[in-house]
Amino acid sequence: MTDTKILGPEAQFRTFLAEGKFMIQRSKSTGRHVFYPRLAVPGSGETDLEWTEASGDGVVYSTTVVRNRPEKGGDFNIALIDLAEGPRLMSRVVDIEPTAVAIGMKVRARVGDLDGAPQVLFAPV
Amino acid sequence: MTKSLRGAAACVGVGMAGCGEAPGRSAMELLAESVHIALAEAGLRVADVDGVFAATAVHSMPAMSVAEYLGIKPTFSSGSNIGGSSFQAHALNAALALEAGLCKVAIIAYGSNQRSAGGFTSISEPMPYEAAFKPRNPVTAYALAAARHMHDYGTTREHLAEVAVAARQWANLNPDAFAHGPLSVEDVLKARMINDPLSKLDCCLVTDGGAAMVMVRADRAKDHPKAPVYLLGAAMAHHHRMISAMPDLTVSAATDSGPRAFEMAGVGQKDIDLLMLYDAFTINTILFLEDLGFCAKGEGGPFVAGGRIAPGGDLPVNTSGGGLSCVHPGMYGLYTMIEAVTQLRGQAGDRQVKDAQLALAHGNGGVLSSQVTSIWGNEATL
Repeated sequence: MTDTKILGPEAQFRTFLAEGKFMIQRSKSTGRHVFYPRLAVPGSGETDLEWTEASGDGVVYSTTVVRNRPEKGGDFNIALIDLAEGPRLMSRVVDIEPTAVAIGMKVRARVGDLDGAPQVLFAPV
Repeated sequence: MTKSLRGAAACVGVGMAGCGEAPGRSAMELLAESVHIALAEAGLRVADVDGVFAATAVHSMPAMSVAEYLGIKPTFSSGSNIGGSSFQAHALNAALALEAGLCKVAIIAYGSNQRSAGGFTSISEPMPYEAAFKPRNPVTAYALAAARHMHDYGTTREHLAEVAVAARQWANLNPDAFAHGPLSVEDVLKARMINDPLSKLDCCLVTDGGAAMVMVRADRAKDHPKAPVYLLGAAMAHHHRMISAMPDLTVSAATDSGPRAFEMAGVGQKDIDLLMLYDAFTINTILFLEDLGFCAKGEGGPFVAGGRIAPGGDLPVNTSGGGLSCVHPGMYGLYTMIEAVTQLRGQAGDRQVKDAQLALAHGNGGVLSSQVTSIWGNEATL
């Protein structure tokens, strides 16, 4: 019987987010951090992943402005962020004009609301 | 040691239908018409077909849908979908199946009525860990790649624009291209921004269109009316699905597929007479010129400057006008192979590359995700 109380990594990640926490995975044996959440380290297969709170420190790896009509919410940023722990993820850099986001910019994560759901967003340090 | 597929199979017919605007016709109708044209070119009938390879953006099980519509009971089929490069992969799989005797006449087919049906369509699932941020994919992903390439290598928007201008100049020589007329670097720079740094004119067309190709084993290739064009080399690679999982946004998996395709074909970059590079966005052409070894990493921008890949330039690239100015119904890969075949048969009219014997047709799928390189040659290259 499957224990329905045991959530998969994706649901665990979203549960943490709903609690305001940005958690990533780390392999105990190799120390390698993993994002997005998985059952095992991609490529090498270690299954000893444990959750750890992300430092929240990151650097903009690339950035674009999604041009959007004002009546549809206006322009917004999409960025790829390299976390200090290693993994890269997609997010938005907020609290700044979308055109002012630059590659190499230091940013810090926070759990914020996007369309009614908690998401990991970033703001300039 | 793998057995080489070099020259094992050949294209003996191609067809296209409704490229541009085809209101009132379904994706399957455009696909089927293309197949009928390709079979007629090959001197074959639907009843001769026993291998079906297909991918579209509207059919979840395309091989079955296509076979049923045409009335084919295939002995071998594949509806594998790796985005716009599916068709290069189908050509590789068709060569394998033909060589192994699993089928005798293979069709590769595609159809889309996206332009008339209201715009870009995809049956892709939302990307987990990305969709919530609302990237306007595919363009957002390619914009991120372009931005990083500009940052790392000093590539400029003018360099990107040169790609679009060259494509338009080729399209102006192709009566079947959808976009005609003068286009300047300035026009591209001034066009409405979609996702920085890509303007509307850095992005491919949104057209309708069907396409098809017929392949047979090489030992039967001369039994057909048209001069056969042989598949000399093909290889596939993919390293990611989501753009956030791409290891380096300035290096595509074409760095893997290219060398393997060249090795199978037994030729080098200097031997290639024309390149068809999947140009969904202007950055693509620059990335693939680098990744396939036609210039060094980072030098793609300066490489395309000054009309080098335009008509009259040193290296003919995207001679049909490409996805930027000829046709792009959503999944463009098959059109790169059809243009390669057209050129190698010497039937490309005003845009004909003189004495073309070897062509490279490179497919890209997803968000720079799948890369499939194919190399084609006429009989002299066997």
